[in-house]
Amino acid sequence: MAAEKLTITNLNKIFVNANGTEVQALKDIQLTVHEKELCMLVGPSGCGKSTLLNIVGGLETATSGEICVDGHHVTGPGADRGMVFQGYSLFPWLTVRENIQFGLRVKGLPKSRQKEIADKFIELVGLKDFADALPKTLSGGMKQQVAIARTLANEPSLLLMDEPFGALDAQTRLIMQELLVDIRQKMETTILFITHDIDEALLLGDNIYVMSRRPGSIREQISISYEGKRDHNTLLRPDFIENKRKIMEMLWQDSSDAANGK
Amino acid sequence: MNKKKNIFGNYRYLSVLSLAAILILWCGLTYGGVLDKIFLPKPTAVIQAIISMYHDGTLFQNIVSSMRRVLVGWGWSAVAALPIGLAMVMSKKFSAIIQPVIEFVRYLPIVALVPLTVLYLGLGETEKYTIIFIGTFFQLVLMVGDTISSVDKNLINAAKTLGAKKWQTYVWVIFPACLPGLLDAFRVTIGWAWTYLVAAEMVASDSGLGYLIIKSQRFLATDVIFAGLILIGAIGLLTDMFFRLLTRIIVPWHERLGD
Repeated sequence: MAAEKLTITNLNKIFVNANGTEVQALKDIQLTVHEKELCMLVGPSGCGKSTLLNIVGGLETATSGEICVDGHHVTGPGADRGMVFQGYSLFPWLTVRENIQFGLRVKGLPKSRQKEIADKFIELVGLKDFADALPKTLSGGMKQQVAIARTLANEPSLLLMDEPFGALDAQTRLIMQELLVDIRQKMETTILFITHDIDEALLLGDNIYVMSRRPGSIREQISISYEGKRDHNTLLRPDFIENKRKIMEMLWQDSSDAANGK
Repeated sequence: MNKKKNIFGNYRYLSVLSLAAILILWCGLTYGGVLDKIFLPKPTAVIQAIISMYHDGTLFQNIVSSMRRVLVGWGWSAVAALPIGLAMVMSKKFSAIIQPVIEFVRYLPIVALVPLTVLYLGLGETEKYTIIFIGTFFQLVLMVGDTISSVDKNLINAAKTLGAKKWQTYVWVIFPACLPGLLDAFRVTIGWAWTYLVAAEMVASDSGLGYLIIKSQRFLATDVIFAGLILIGAIGLLTDMFFRLLTRIIVPWHERLGD
């Protein structure tokens, strides 16, 4: 059994509005991500997935509960937990290479070493011809490739991805998913990935947590094991379709409960 | 390959036509005898006024005096607005303390402050720098604060998750992200500074384009008044174009709606 990279215990998050009313976004979350695992977090819109990811990333704080990464409590943001957001968040005044070097510059690495590492990751995501381009000249898919390369170049212990391919068109999304599979083979990064796309979750994930609607809690955990390479054929496997049915039923039930005011 | 856009955009011919139309109207009203020369001088009279100032050396003198006052007054304004604007964003307490003052002074008409500044500072150059400073500082400090606090939070979050320490976030992310907004604020406020020139030079000035206009009013030398106005307007426009160019050089990476 692989070591635990991330453990979340009894996590709650309550937002207090300006007028004093409270909204519980997350309720009693228990979640474990193992080393080298790609763990998917799936749930209906508004269930708190992004809030949970932000808390793990240190951009928000939990109201109660514990989050441990590599055995250490999470107290704030840090380079050990890299994040890739849905909005690209590339620094527009820096070139592709300079963007990727950012984390290395923070660490104070010598310029030659920064360039060396950055070039390696530019190669990894296939953007060699664009190393000196500014973000405004890149397409959406390319920007996300740079965002991923920038985070990976920093060698985070845990990679957090918040619907990174959500804003891309269907074809680009498929290419990016293949890229992620490729990267995982080469780098064995541990990933916690949020998506509302069930196909994406079942195609890429090793372990899937299904969240309920607000207040978000974990409804179900589904372990995935497909022998062989994952590709478009995976989408037609019987166990894939069975899992998809299960998850869809859960999400449908949630939305009909919401509509009926339960 | 993007077509190089000039300052007026691709429709340069429309801008030229618009200016030509105004010129034709001006000629029509003056040469056509519709308005007396006290109210509207002929274009040739205005040009004549400028040429004679050029010949007796006062043109250059006046322009330099005015430019000095604008640059010093506005320059101090910019130097002060940057740290104070930043402090307002970084400290809610500081902001709460000085915001009421800023909001109040912001609405005071500059001309109304001239008697007070003369009382406190006398009739020298300092009084003139101060008028221009007051006219621009209170607006600029709020614009600086707005620019800094509008930096895309995603950029700051990205920096944090890449391990950036607080000072690195400020120097390597917030500062470059602010540059387009800051340069824009500079461009706009130095334009205003030019419009406060007349107020600054109203009292006991012996040089400057604003002084020229005040003095000419006493003699009903409307042609000189127009000359002064046109010069102020032209220099203001050139300053604006200079800042636009500067912006394109310093922040080539910036995209705006309509680019």
